Amino acid sequence: MTALPETTERKLGLVIDLDTCVGCHACVTACKGWNTQNYGAPLGDDDAYGAAPSGAFLNRIHSFEVQPDEGAAQTVHFPKSCLHCDDAPCVTVCPTGASYKRVEDGIVLVNETDCIGCGLCAWACPYGAREMDPIEGVMKKCTLCVDRIYNEALPEEDRVPACVRTCPAGARHFGDLADPDSDVSQLVAARGGMDLMPEQETKPVNKYLPPRPRDEIDVLAPFLERVDEGPKGFLGWLDRALERL
Amino acid sequence: MHPAPSLIFFSTLSGLGLGLLAFLGLGLAPTEGLTGLIFFALAFALTGAGLLSSTLHLGHPERALKAFTQWRTSWLSREAWVAVAALSVMGLYALLAMPGLRLAPLGWLGALLCLGTVGSTAMIYAQLKTVPRWHQPTTPLLFLGYAITAGALLSGRVSWTVVLLIVMAALQVLAWRRGDAALAKSGTTTGTATGLGGRGRVRLFEPPHTGGNYLTREMVFRVGRKHRVTLRTLVLILAFALPALLLLLPFSHWLAAIAVVSHVVGMLAQRWLFFAEAEHAVGLYYGQSAA
Ligand code: SF4
Ligand code: SF4
Ligand code: SF4
Repeated sequence: MTALPETTERKLGLVIDLDTCVGCHACVTACKGWNTQNYGAPLGDDDAYGAAPSGAFLNRIHSFEVQPDEGAAQTVHFPKSCLHCDDAPCVTVCPTGASYKRVEDGIVLVNETDCIGCGLCAWACPYGAREMDPIEGVMKKCTLCVDRIYNEALPEEDRVPACVRTCPAGARHFGDLADPDSDVSQLVAARGGMDLMPEQETKPVNKYLPPRPRDEIDVLAPFLERVDEGPKGFLGWLDRALERL
Repeated sequence: MHPAPSLIFFSTLSGLGLGLLAFLGLGLAPTEGLTGLIFFALAFALTGAGLLSSTLHLGHPERALKAFTQWRTSWLSREAWVAVAALSVMGLYALLAMPGLRLAPLGWLGALLCLGTVGSTAMIYAQLKTVPRWHQPTTPLLFLGYAITAGALLSGRVSWTVVLLIVMAALQVLAWRRGDAALAKSGTTTGTATGLGGRGRVRLFEPPHTGGNYLTREMVFRVGRKHRVTLRTLVLILAFALPALLLLLPFSHWLAAIAVVSHVVGMLAQRWLFFAEAEHAVGLYYGQSAA
């Protein structure tokens, strides 16, 4: 059914820390790997070993430059995947009912055996989170690794999305954003987690933690007492002698 | 948005066909005998060709029947229903009308369904908040206006056509003007897309991949400014000015035929621009700016 549920019991999602992401693309590779071998049609590639390879990915890392009015520009690595929106426009436009949002945990999924590959849901998503599989002709999107997070065959520490499990920087967090006491909700509250394109009124579940300001030097710094005591003995003499030259 | 030929032909041909069908339904075009047969055949052929071409861009056309299930929320599903209803009602109407038994109320219902189909197609585009240029009341007005104009033109209602052509030219110019301002007005920028807008100017430093992908091919399309002006001028001349001029000359079948061809070519150019000019919000993640 492409009617959206009024509310969902839980809101599983990701919290992505733009302050710590180093743009290594490990999560992209982990995602591609897991979703090529598990749930649904394998994530396809066109001309994978040829001159112009192009494939479906559920997670991509962009890098942006932010130039403040004053001071140095900052580079921000920006991972982007489906935000499992509460008011998901991609679901309501789907003519076949292939796209749906689960009542129990809020995950937005595509039933690949119902999908006619019309592409309308990808048009309706403002974030570019849906890509047509070039081989299967069905719509692919992040499943929040629905086949890992509930999978009792996996050791407990692996029951998180592949991207979260693999991130070497700890920039990706997974949890229930409907529960105000969950780790992810507290992280969002503490760090001022934000929505992407709030004006599109999709009510994303995933949140982004803004980068912290870089290299802030205290105005009183020059007046502080020195912590290093300078070289002593022979090195100290050499240093002072060179200084006088 | 990528101007896919299948979608351009679909919306142009089905618009022409459904417009003519609506006129036949209202009894504003000849429905009886051989002339009736020719008119109905043309209208059904255009609509059918349009609908068929729309299935060409599906990844799994064999599952198309599933598209009838979600009419509660999906305009695409509604379009499928209304199109089938329009063709069925008009088919029955044609079968009765050609031998001379024209059931007027059935024709009115058919005409309403034909325009309903055009309206649903337009709503598929107009509903998309992600494409501010399309998310405007002018989108359904344009689609309906083009279909009605085509109906009048194809059924030989000369004076109606001339008036409609003038009104539509004005509506088209208005739609372009509103469309040009729509992205900026929507408030969606690279700043809101990344949430970093409050910190300074945000620009794409590195795309996720060096090559293109489905999203960039499908939704990030650029039309050069010069190109755009040329094409818009062409639309105004071919779709409106030339047909109106030809129809104002003393009537001849040849001039009318040229007017039809010119209008159709103009309409194809208009549909190409409709897709090619439309900026999708996802372009902001790929270095397009809200210009
Ligand atoms: S991010 Fe896009 S695909 Fe995911 S739920 Fe939101 S609108 Fe749908
Ligand atoms: S591509 Fe598939 S999932 Fe997306 S709208 Fe079409 S049928 Fe639904
Ligand atoms: S794995 Fe972690 S650090 Fe690397 S790109 Fe992904 S989110 Fe960023």
